[in-house]
Amino acid sequence: MLCGWGRVPVAGREVRSEDLEELTRRAVLCRGLGRSYGDSSLPPPSHPVVAATPLADRILSFDGATGRLRAEAGLSLRALNRTFLPRGFYAPVTPGTQLITLGGMVAADVHGKNHHRDGCFGAHVTRLRMRVADGRILECSPEEETELFRATVGGMGLTGHILEVECRLARVPSTWIVAESERIHDVDRFIDGLKEAGVRWPYTMGWIDCLSRGSLLGRGILMKGRWAEPDEAPPGLPRPRRRPSVPLVLPGWVINRWTVRAFNAAFFRCHLPRVRRRLVDPESFFYPLDAIGHWNRMYGPRGFTQYQCVLPESAGRGAARRFLELLTRRGGASMLCVIKDCGAEGIGLLSFPKPGISIALDIPIRDDTQDLVDALNELVVTERGRIYLAKDQFTRPAHFRAMEPRLEEWTCIRRKWDPEGRLRSAQSVRLLADRP
Amino acid sequence: MKVAFLGATRGMGRSLSRLMAARGDELFLLGREPAGLERSARDLEARAGRGSVGVAVCDLEQPAGFAAALDAAEAGLGGLDAVVVTAGVFATQDVLEQDPERARRILEVDFTDTVTFCEHARRRLLARGGGTLVVFSSVAGERARKPVVLYGAAKAGLTRYLEGLDHRFHAQGLRTVCVKPGFVKTSMTDGLPAPPFAGELDEVARVVLRAIDRGQPVVYAPPIWRWVMLVVRALPRSIMRRAGF
Ligand SMILES: Cc1cc2nc3c(=O)[nH]c(=O)nc-3n(C[C@H](O)[C@H](O)[C@H](O)COP(=O)(O)OP(=O)(O)OC[C@H]3O[C@@H](n4cnc5c(N)ncnc54)[C@H](O)[C@@H]3O)c2cc1C
Ligand SMILES: NC(=O)c1ccc[n+]([C@@H]2O[C@H](COP(=O)([O-])OP(=O)(O)OC[C@H]3O[C@@H](n4cnc5c(N)ncnc54)[C@H](OP(=O)(O)O)[C@@H]3O)[C@@H](O)[C@H]2O)c1
Repeated sequence: MLCGWGRVPVAGREVRSEDLEELTRRAVLCRGLGRSYGDSSLPPPSHPVVAATPLADRILSFDGATGRLRAEAGLSLRALNRTFLPRGFYAPVTPGTQLITLGGMVAADVHGKNHHRDGCFGAHVTRLRMRVADGRILECSPEEETELFRATVGGMGLTGHILEVECRLARVPSTWIVAESERIHDVDRFIDGLKEAGVRWPYTMGWIDCLSRGSLLGRGILMKGRWAEPDEAPPGLPRPRRRPSVPLVLPGWVINRWTVRAFNAAFFRCHLPRVRRRLVDPESFFYPLDAIGHWNRMYGPRGFTQYQCVLPESAGRGAARRFLELLTRRGGASMLCVIKDCGAEGIGLLSFPKPGISIALDIPIRDDTQDLVDALNELVVTERGRIYLAKDQFTRPAHFRAMEPRLEEWTCIRRKWDPEGRLRSAQSVRLLADRP
Repeated sequence: MKVAFLGATRGMGRSLSRLMAARGDELFLLGREPAGLERSARDLEARAGRGSVGVAVCDLEQPAGFAAALDAAEAGLGGLDAVVVTAGVFATQDVLEQDPERARRILEVDFTDTVTFCEHARRRLLARGGGTLVVFSSVAGERARKPVVLYGAAKAGLTRYLEGLDHRFHAQGLRTVCVKPGFVKTSMTDGLPAPPFAGELDEVARVVLRAIDRGQPVVYAPPIWRWVMLVVRALPRSIMRRAGF
């Protein structure tokens, strides 16, 4: 059995090796560290084997003058950050976990707290070495085999196996982050708050309590951050911490409407009403959830799914309120949900972000989860938004097609490189009508 | 520390060599395949951010090349404080029973060739007044078990040899570290069902490095395997005949 981070299993197993060229020769799908929540990294039913990349983690070159890095696709973001932070470099874009691989970062074209400013990870990728469906190995970049490059960035592993990634790291002035946070009392003010903060702060995002209703709908904590200047930072490096772990799968009833309500309210109240400013180490700033090993076991034996959508600017700022109203009406009990404003669309033909507001929430799996996702998707289609494939396990093909006018162009390119439809995943079988 | 390292291209050797490079040890890599060696050397240089890592070809199945490979290492490093051997091969008992030639090769590589290599290394370390010889054996050499009869026998022999080196040369300054990994998730164990207490690469590397620094003659990695093997060694023959592990 094999599962994504949401712990909903399918039949399958990993084969692991240091040698990605060998490993991908017959593979139909690569899998990194399995941090996508749904079925993106899971194999199709008729070929239940995935090529596991994390042992292929060599750094091939690094230029300290330009920050240009080339590495094998299984290199973890944590190894990258920990290796280069002491030398004044950090990942140019990082999601909310660093337990992921370079290959997974490209395939999902991940975004982070700086999306409004620096775009997705793909914007910083200069070259990819790939094995395509017919077995050939070749390189692509924004200048060379452009179509393949654009279809692969955000292409969820369906256009070819990524063997090596070349990208530019960001130069940082110190090894510490200046973080500010404040309480926000409703969703409209949240959206304004994000916009305002984004002008001055490279990193912004918010946690909202999606169980509060009425005038408190969408209250939460807005977080902002930037790298500390050398004179603000303590000398020396932050020390990596030991992490506690959820030792076993908790029973399903632990996460329910009342515990979640209590948790969310406490999270809000624990923050003082005034703006709080601190100097923090980058790992606690960017990856608070990584501090607890196996936190996904908290949601019980049936697992959970994450729902993430972006509601475009064109839908007006009322869209986020309509989304949260629908959610609270349907009683989707989520712990904190994450809200973030997205900047411009990037080069990836199927990448998730576009200008607007992104909302992400965890949904423990219950009998009505499919109905809840359907209802949220109906709203997202109406608002002309879209969902994030790296999180998805329940979206129906018709909804996805309605959200993705770009799908046709991407599919054309994909077919050109893989006419027989060899490369596929459980997700592409479910969503894109690939053969099982 | 100036270290000649046989087996840094993959698995536990890769992780251990990275820890050593990161803290400033000087490394020279030995291995059977030049392109893979070069890539691993570049990886270590990039991670350490300083120094350069030399390489030379050394195949355990070609003992005639051992002397030249260690010459190159000593010359490249300008000295030699430690030799680490993580290289080794594995196959399950079922596979080896079907393939006698492969069984012969595993016995040869994991015992005779490894011991021959260690003899070269130990002579050079002693000639310099002492040093550390680190060799990866296995918990499979602790008690005969059905799935690893042949491999276990080779590792049992290797363990005894290393114990003997320690007895014989400790007074002359040779520190022998016999590493006994439990089940560790590397490509060597790919496809095998992971037992309880399966180890992760980084953890194993940290445990082994600490043992090297202390000159500990025997180290189990992860450490829990010491207790697991204490129990397994105590099991009566009647149980071992019936047990599947
Ligand atoms: C706590 C948490 C927080 C997160 N926060 C964010 C966030 O803020 N922003 C964001 O964008 N994402 C976020 N994510 C999602 C995560 O960043 C992505 O799912 C990422 O793709 C995971 O990388 P991975 O190496 O685990 O890949 P996997 O989950 O193993 O695979 C993901 C996809 O990448 C493909 N893939 C992996 N390696 C290769 C390769 N070598 N070649 C071709 N295809 C490959 C797989 O086929 C699959 O389609 C978060 C996830 C978690 C668990
Ligand atoms: N993994 C476990 O659970 C486990 C348990 C107990 C003991 N061990 C022992 O621990 C050691 C390391 O295991 P591992 O899992 O890290 O192994 P691994 O990932 O398979 O790596 C083996 C290493 O040995 C090298 N090698 C193999 N044959 C060679 C030869 N003929 N000449 C030179 N080098 C050769 C390989 O080099 P190439 O890159 O050229 O292939 C590779 O670097 C081995 O001795 C193994 O027997 C492992």
